[in-house]
Amino acid sequence: MSQTEAAAVGMHSATGLPSRKILMWTFIGSECMLFGSLIIVYMVYRGKSLVGPYPADLLNIPFITVTTFVLLMSSLMMVLALAAVQRGDMKWARVWLFMTALFGMTFLGGQVYEFTHFVHEGLTLKTNLFGGSFFLLTGTHGAHVTVGVIWLLSLFFMAQSGRLTQDNAETVEIAGLYWHFVDVVWIVLFTLIYLLV
Amino acid sequence: MTVSSTNPAGGARHAHEGTYSGGLLSWVTTVDHKRIGVMYGVSAFFFFLVGGLEALLIRLQLGSPESTLIDPDLYNQLFTMHGTTMVFLAIMPLSAAFFNFIVPLQIGARDVAFPRLNAFSFWVFFLGALFMNASFLFGGAPDAGWFGYANLTSTQYSPGMRVDFWVIGLLVLGVSSIAAALNFIVTIINLRCEGMTLMRMPLFTWMTLITSFLLVMAFPAITVGLVLLMFDRMFGTLFFNPMAGGDVLLWQHLFWIFGHPEVYILLLPGLGMVSEIVPVFSRKPLFGYAFVVYSGILIAFLGFGVWAHHMFSVGLGPVANTVFSAATMLIAIPTGVKIFNWIATLWGGSLRMRTPLYFSLGFIAMFIIGGLSGVMHASAAADLQQTDTYFIVAHIHYVLFGGVIFALFAGMYYWIPKITGRMLNDRLGKLHFWVMVISFNLTFFPQHFLGLHGMPRRTFTYESGLGFETMNLMSTIGSLLLGASMLIFIWNVLRMLRTGEPAGPNPWEGSTLEWSIASPPQHYNFRVLPKVHSRDPLWAEDTMESVPGDDPDVPEPHMPGPSYYPFATAIGIVVMAVGGLTTTLPVVLAGVAVILFGIYGWAFQPLEH
Repeated sequence: MSQTEAAAVGMHSATGLPSRKILMWTFIGSECMLFGSLIIVYMVYRGKSLVGPYPADLLNIPFITVTTFVLLMSSLMMVLALAAVQRGDMKWARVWLFMTALFGMTFLGGQVYEFTHFVHEGLTLKTNLFGGSFFLLTGTHGAHVTVGVIWLLSLFFMAQSGRLTQDNAETVEIAGLYWHFVDVVWIVLFTLIYLLV
Repeated sequence: MTVSSTNPAGGARHAHEGTYSGGLLSWVTTVDHKRIGVMYGVSAFFFFLVGGLEALLIRLQLGSPESTLIDPDLYNQLFTMHGTTMVFLAIMPLSAAFFNFIVPLQIGARDVAFPRLNAFSFWVFFLGALFMNASFLFGGAPDAGWFGYANLTSTQYSPGMRVDFWVIGLLVLGVSSIAAALNFIVTIINLRCEGMTLMRMPLFTWMTLITSFLLVMAFPAITVGLVLLMFDRMFGTLFFNPMAGGDVLLWQHLFWIFGHPEVYILLLPGLGMVSEIVPVFSRKPLFGYAFVVYSGILIAFLGFGVWAHHMFSVGLGPVANTVFSAATMLIAIPTGVKIFNWIATLWGGSLRMRTPLYFSLGFIAMFIIGGLSGVMHASAAADLQQTDTYFIVAHIHYVLFGGVIFALFAGMYYWIPKITGRMLNDRLGKLHFWVMVISFNLTFFPQHFLGLHGMPRRTFTYESGLGFETMNLMSTIGSLLLGASMLIFIWNVLRMLRTGEPAGPNPWEGSTLEWSIASPPQHYNFRVLPKVHSRDPLWAEDTMESVPGDDPDVPEPHMPGPSYYPFATAIGIVVMAVGGLTTTLPVVLAGVAVILFGIYGWAFQPLEH
């Protein structure tokens, strides 16, 4: 909205960049510190659990590799969605926006399955330090994906009702920045939690 | 200096009616940075008085040995809430009041980059502050100290809702701080008027920018710490439970990785204000502008690498202690640079001894004392003697009260004429200054000796015969006088609102853009956006472009219309907080629903009327 806001209050952009985009980049900087702190907590408590189940007993690397791939592909869909909006092809923009959200939801479905399975195997928040730090870290990421899915679906429905057009490419671009960031965070988490188990 | 002629005082009176008129609803829905700034200022000053009353109760209890005025339980609540209130509900929002009111004016903008986000920040702060203080009515206020060390905060040692109020309240206030900081970063980077390069920005705007970066970088660390604590208390996780392998030191690290940058979040705005005031009242440009800017950046950068100096007594080992000692001492260098720059600005200036300069000079003197005791406990060996004694209490009050509060009063005396359009009385201001500086030193200087004699902080009483009586009594008398000095200020403000003489656009003959427009400014600030060619546009020869004036032939700019969605979203956050506090899922979900309603309404509401 910043461009409209800036236009409304009659202000130019001193840098030539839209204010909204600077806002999102700065917010992502702050989010890096948030995930950084959570990752530190996970790493500090790695191998410190006094009772099981331990990570090696539970983590299903092949399964998560598949959902990770799905999430990465959603970033590709996001790129295609933005490209479609930028060239004014709203039909394909709707398709790719929906696909991005769908892939995001698939990833979340995998996480729900994984969490349920772990609880079934006896790992809850209260079981040990692994339980607490694992659920908090991956859960915070899942919450971010959820926000992204809601955002993408909102854009999709706006496109359906004709309220999202080529003029709003910047809106989609900013949602894309957020979505790619959330994906990049998952690559780090996947490496630290699953690959380095 | 020709500014007063371009803007006759008659315009000020007219603007005064326009800028602040309207009923209560217009304040709830306003997105004008000036009105939001006023709301920040008034509510922060209210909480400053609340925190001050808490401090007075503490001092009354400590005025005599073995006093039974206040029981230990209430005493714990008072010192916890005194610290929490002063840091999060008084100093930070008082700085935010000036960010809001002054920064857009100084950079020649008509508002902040995201006016509704700005209203949202204020309402989250205000409702979060009420939430935190509501704890007094529901089973007692937080009582685990303002840095809430684990595992004193566990449900085992802190049953009930007191610590929950603290945890959730701080999380809510964090949302407000981060949103506001993001807004000011974008505003300062992107809304500078033509010609306002970074190295031409006024120092206060510079320090606001640096402070905002500190906020967005530092707050996530405490957010994570608070979430861990909340999970421990509500869902039974084991993060800070040593029996299950949890590490209580992790809390201290997370808290102080936030907590030390927080010290500079509190301090840097004050440094910026003094850097504005000293040149104006010395009638010369700031000495070594670039040095003052870069030393501010360096202070912020180093501020992230010194957190463990709060933890010397936990036994991190000689290597860690040495590194953190050295890093801490390094910070004295950029701080010293600033002090020398102010002194060099004063040197040879034609000083105008008005109240803002009095408070600025008081700030420099008191802050040097606080800085010196700070360097003392930068040494880990010395710090072990001082930890948890009144020496630390004396130090932090010399930097936060003698430093920050003096600077904030300097800023208030300097900018209130711009905000209200009326002058504060100079004689009353100087009386306020002298009572404050004397009573401040009477209150806190003896505490250095009390600490070195071994009086522990956070203990509700002391035995007689330990040699603590006289100095504690001095300190208590001083604190009562300090409270009285605030009454002089309040009287001065009330008097000004009734009969203060009109300020005119530029009562101090200042050099920065906020002085080029009416006091208070029209709701659009600048009818024609200025264009600057130097650091001190109003002192330069080329003022015609810098001060385009309020030409009635130019149509009024369109400004964003009012919106109640920011307020609604803030309400949703507090409803969620209440749900979290009482662990009732339906209330949390109701809060989420209100937030979603607010955000969607916000996103789809057109910005203009």
